[in-house]
Amino acid sequence: MVPEPFVVRSKRQDTSDTWTLELTSVADDAGLHFAPGQFTMIEAGGSGEVPISISGDPGEPDVLVHTVRSVGLATQAICKAQPGQVLGVRGPFGNSWPVELLEGRDVVVAAGGIGLAPLRPAILAMIANRERYGRLVLLYGARTASQMLYVDELERWREEGFEVHATVDSAGPEWLGHVGVVTRLIGRARLTASFAGLTCGPEIMMRLTALALADFGIDGEQLYVSTERNMQCGIGHCGHCQLGPWLLCRDGPVFDWQTLAHWLQLRDV
Amino acid sequence: MQALDELIAHVPTFAGLSEEQLKLIGGCGRNRHIGAGEMLFAEGDPADHFFLIRRGLVALEVHAPGRGPLRIETLEHGEVVGWSWLFAPYRWQLDARALEACELIEFDAACLRGKVAEDHELGYQLMSRFAANVISRLQATRFQLLDVYGKSEVTA
Repeated sequence: MVPEPFVVRSKRQDTSDTWTLELTSVADDAGLHFAPGQFTMIEAGGSGEVPISISGDPGEPDVLVHTVRSVGLATQAICKAQPGQVLGVRGPFGNSWPVELLEGRDVVVAAGGIGLAPLRPAILAMIANRERYGRLVLLYGARTASQMLYVDELERWREEGFEVHATVDSAGPEWLGHVGVVTRLIGRARLTASFAGLTCGPEIMMRLTALALADFGIDGEQLYVSTERNMQCGIGHCGHCQLGPWLLCRDGPVFDWQTLAHWLQLRDV
Repeated sequence: MQALDELIAHVPTFAGLSEEQLKLIGGCGRNRHIGAGEMLFAEGDPADHFFLIRRGLVALEVHAPGRGPLRIETLEHGEVVGWSWLFAPYRWQLDARALEACELIEFDAACLRGKVAEDHELGYQLMSRFAANVISRLQATRFQLLDVYGKSEVTA
């Protein structure tokens, strides 16, 4: 599968090491239709491809939005891309957050760090159909206040029907919100067994979130996680992302926790 | 106006205690209002009271020379502020500051320690509940120390 050319239309710095890029297709005005939770394989300047979750609004497929953290050569090249530069994009790939399946339910979204980026399309999709859901709760944990993503949007999401709880791991006197780990928010959000959950963040954060949610009756079958370990081809051919019986790029990246928990908790894997 | 024993009956730390035990605990408490920015207690001070938050947000802080107050954790509605009143030498190890106007129940630690000395069942119940609190917050602190959102994270 050959990468399609996408041009960078705009770029915004979110944190010290994270940028959000808006891209449009060079060849196709229709853009890239995607479901919340899907990802693309993206490359800039011959620095190699990486899987990046789509973080845009699924209702606006003409603009492809990616929030990217600069952690290696490939992501560094993407983050350095300037408006007008052309990047190679393959996809969208993978399955999606089950936002339609969860209609009629209370939903808690638990995000850690840049894990909010893959969840943003699901949040926007649920807001677009707010009347189809019960309580919608966002629990967001970040390292510091300056490392939080989409700060301007958090208040808007609150106005549009999400209960938004944010916390940071450490803070100085200027921060007047919560300090502590994201799982501490679970007890404060008055969750019940009526909730289903979506979570994305560091694996250890997702594991502890699953444990904490279970204390409130939200078991592993009601909790969906997204993981992108070792993806390389994006289409299930290379086998790099195999985890147990699953190829994460083809069968995921979204799984219910019950399905993946055993494999994610294996040591040395 | 609701009696203190009725107010604390629904708080996780005290839930499940008998009416009599709740009355004993409530008898050592009083309502208190604290304004935004005011200190509940300061590191090194005698731990002669502790608090239950009815409304508002309280920060636990450590003061570091040259760095100002470092915020360790925040606590809110339904949570207890303070453990040091339970253990000798009964001195606060941290600062506690109201980040917004707070409605609190302040408990007299000497009063409650006296009742616990006479009623070991009450002492056991309180110790079990505060130990659960300590464990839960210790585990959260360990998680916090891992810095899980650091550079090693590559998701997305």
